[in-house]
Amino acid sequence: MDGFWGALARAVGLILAWDAELIEIIGLSLRVTLSAVAAACLIGLPLGAAVGAFRFPGRIAATVALNALMGLPPVVVGLMVYLTLSASGPLGVLGLLYTPAAMIVAQTVLVAPIVAALTRQVVEELDREYAEQFASLGLGPLGRVRALLWDARYALLTVALAGFGRATAEVGAVMIVGGNIDHATRVMTTAIALETSKGNLELALALGVVLIAIAVAVTGTVMTLRASAVRMAYG
Amino acid sequence: MAEPLLSASGLCFEAGGGRLIDGVDLAIRPGARVAVMGANGAGKSLLLRLLHGLIRPSAGEILWRGRPPGREARQAQAMVFQRPVLLRRSVRANLRFALAARGAGRADRIARAEQALVRARLDRLAQRPARLLSAGEQQRLAVARALACAPRLLFLDEPTASLDPASALAVEALIRDAHADGVAIVLVTHDAGQARRLGDELVFLDAGRVAETGALPGALEAPRSEAARAWVEGRLHTGPAR
Repeated sequence: MDGFWGALARAVGLILAWDAELIEIIGLSLRVTLSAVAAACLIGLPLGAAVGAFRFPGRIAATVALNALMGLPPVVVGLMVYLTLSASGPLGVLGLLYTPAAMIVAQTVLVAPIVAALTRQVVEELDREYAEQFASLGLGPLGRVRALLWDARYALLTVALAGFGRATAEVGAVMIVGGNIDHATRVMTTAIALETSKGNLELALALGVVLIAIAVAVTGTVMTLRASAVRMAYG
Repeated sequence: MAEPLLSASGLCFEAGGGRLIDGVDLAIRPGARVAVMGANGAGKSLLLRLLHGLIRPSAGEILWRGRPPGREARQAQAMVFQRPVLLRRSVRANLRFALAARGAGRADRIARAEQALVRARLDRLAQRPARLLSAGEQQRLAVARALACAPRLLFLDEPTASLDPASALAVEALIRDAHADGVAIVLVTHDAGQARRLGDELVFLDAGRVAETGALPGALEAPRSEAARAWVEGRLHTGPAR
């Protein structure tokens, strides 16, 4: 236990000292994760809303597919993105492999189905409530999706939060497509795995503490926003 | 006699192996005030939804000014539901949304939303979240929103069913004002007093069929059909075999 507490104390020291390596890793992690969540929301929100709001042939199959894709194994996604971006792959010419961009792509592939599936659920429920009013007003399909997304905005924050949770904790896919290269593609999760295997527990623990702190801060902010929206009957 | 705004002939709707609306013929003329009455499950709300185009009939025809209803019919109609469907936005934003959905320009929808707020005496609550209003205020907002769209025909599905008398009267005042402005009204109600106050014509439904029609208030005082008579006298009526 002494080893643990000693390592934890040194980890806190690293954080307080604003260690350059630590900051670099945290910065890249946030950049990759937030970019991936933003891209996943751009894809997943309208896709989920369309599946949730419209009736079309194959809708049940689309719903099942979205739900199934929520459980995509990260290493499989990593492998697929690796094969796509590798020199002999269809997008190899872009030269993205082992760059933060490749990590963003991999995390987007992982998170977009989560955002889409949860959005479908939220929007479908809201659409059941609004459908007749929208039909009475003669609202077109685009207007309907826009209105549903806007009115579900606070519930969708929680959806984005679920995506953020998945992305920020993910290690397998970014390890495969990013390569965990020092000063290039090393993020918190891959660094924790590496530093632990090297026995450098201070840095691993410091990163773990920061990772948890970020998760708590983001979750706390979203929950506060959501609670205030519910109080105002906007949630 | 003026050409009907909306006419239905041989209107039927089937679901779950049963015929819920059965051969309804109806004509709603400009400025009409039609009260649709009947027991629970008689098909009143369903008929309203069919006439408003929210549900497709299984058979029969609905015409708007002699033609199949299109965009013009949608623009000229509005509906208020028993439970007001209010967006998760402010009172003012609810009004502006409806006007935007109807294609009103920005300046127009701002002006018309403000007029509607004043008309419904909701101007002091304009910034409040609509879903935090009292039940009476919510229904006033729903009626104001429908009227802001300047309909020629307004469908109302038991708009005061869950309101106290004062709130119900406030909603009725809005409906009366709308009619005074020339809006035709089709009102579903269980309240004979309200039917007399707001209706000129009665359509009494029994098991999806029109059992009685006539001018109000006379049609409620001396109903000819057994179904309407039983309803007026507060007796249970089992209805015709389906």
